[in-house]
Amino acid sequence: MSYSDILPQLFDTLKPFTKQGFRLKESTELVAELGLDSLQVMQVLLKIEDHFDISIPLNNLPNIRTVKDLGEEIEKLLKG
Amino acid sequence: MSLFDKFLPIQEVRNELLKSGVNPFHVTVEKIISPTEAIINGRKTILVGTNNYLGLTFHPDSILAGQQALAQEGTGTTGSRMANGSFASHKALENAIADFYGAPYAIVFSTGYQANLGVLSALAGPGDTILIDGDSHASIYDGCRLGGAEIIRFKHNDVADLEKRLRRLGDRSYRTLIVVEGIYSMLGDRAPLAEIVEVKRKYGATLIVDEAHSLGVLGQHGRGLAEETEVEQDVDCIVGTFSKSLGSTGGFGVSFHPEFELIRYTSRPYIFTASPCPSVVASTRATIRIIQAHPELRQHLWTNSRHLYEGLTKSGYILGAEVGPIIAAMVPNKESALAMWQQLLENGIYVNLMIPPATPNGECLLRCSVSAAHTHNQIEKIISAFADLPHGTQTHSNPAHLQPDATLN
Repeated sequence: MSYSDILPQLFDTLKPFTKQGFRLKESTELVAELGLDSLQVMQVLLKIEDHFDISIPLNNLPNIRTVKDLGEEIEKLLKG
Repeated sequence: MSLFDKFLPIQEVRNELLKSGVNPFHVTVEKIISPTEAIINGRKTILVGTNNYLGLTFHPDSILAGQQALAQEGTGTTGSRMANGSFASHKALENAIADFYGAPYAIVFSTGYQANLGVLSALAGPGDTILIDGDSHASIYDGCRLGGAEIIRFKHNDVADLEKRLRRLGDRSYRTLIVVEGIYSMLGDRAPLAEIVEVKRKYGATLIVDEAHSLGVLGQHGRGLAEETEVEQDVDCIVGTFSKSLGSTGGFGVSFHPEFELIRYTSRPYIFTASPCPSVVASTRATIRIIQAHPELRQHLWTNSRHLYEGLTKSGYILGAEVGPIIAAMVPNKESALAMWQQLLENGIYVNLMIPPATPNGECLLRCSVSAAHTHNQIEKIISAFADLPHGTQTHSNPAHLQPDATLN
């Protein structure tokens, strides 16, 4: 699955975690802009991991700030 | 921006706590009287938050052994075992803990924290994967990071989630270390070890169990959850601490794998630390003999645990797990948790105040750790002090059991 296929699915998965009217972009910062607390971040990650059937290593989390970062991480993990 | 600016938020939290009159994370024990009593703020206080599960910190045999070692072997070793050599007593302690577990290989570390750092970082390195329970203790997280393995977290005590993640690893599951705890320190719940062993075998992974809070507590001989669940032969490595049921300091790892011995040559927390001091080693050896000879200590612990658990339940508290020596009363928020903790202390009861981020699911907890040395009367006093806390605050208002973020546990 390529990044361009992943991105719309990622937007759909993230949408329930956004406030009404918020428009998700590739540059959206997951913690700073979505206002997620640490428990919500874990919920989001679990949902994404199950959707794409992957496990995101904790080692990689510090490098994931934006939706784009997350999409690229998913692409990398799906490629193995 | 200064290097020290990062401490400003911590300073603000500390100042808030100080305004409330007492800092729950900086309590001074002015005088320790016994395993269950101390003077705090000038007041005689019942200790029910010290992990002194078997109440052996003042046992005369352990004290005498420590005194004799102090006189005969000196105050310290002044260096690491690799550089300065091992004292015969280090090896004797390793033999004692290996014998206790019926395992051929045992390594002793200077603290329990270092045991996890030393074993985990040596066993799983770059190219390996570690699957850890989300509620793992900080020493497990830190040990995993030190080794450089890929770290994946599974949902607390959720075997289906663990299996899903093992399946996702494919062939890499054979180079995967699963890490769980016998009893989890915050809520006092246990790992579903029989089911975990099943998936571990199915996927060819390696399993390590941290028995820090279950050593001396679970199992016919007090070896922990693996013994209680009768799966010891399927657990590749057990780590634990001497600083809870055994009443001293230090940690250990035991294993039936011959390669375990080799981690002495690769484990930085083992190599680059001063070895345990002789008096601590001697006291620990004495205490291991005591818990082997006195299984009734465990019976007292469980009698006391049931007594406190039933008392708090009757008072309307919602508790973190099934009956056990860790009994965590859930409270609605930080403010009421702090107020309740303070009132308990003013009434002569010391428990642990546990608040996020150190707790799972954002819980606020008044955490009790029961001791075999508590008297019936002391347990009654603890129950009474909890019952006297402001009515209506003991119910739990955090309905969402979300996923854990217990990296600071």
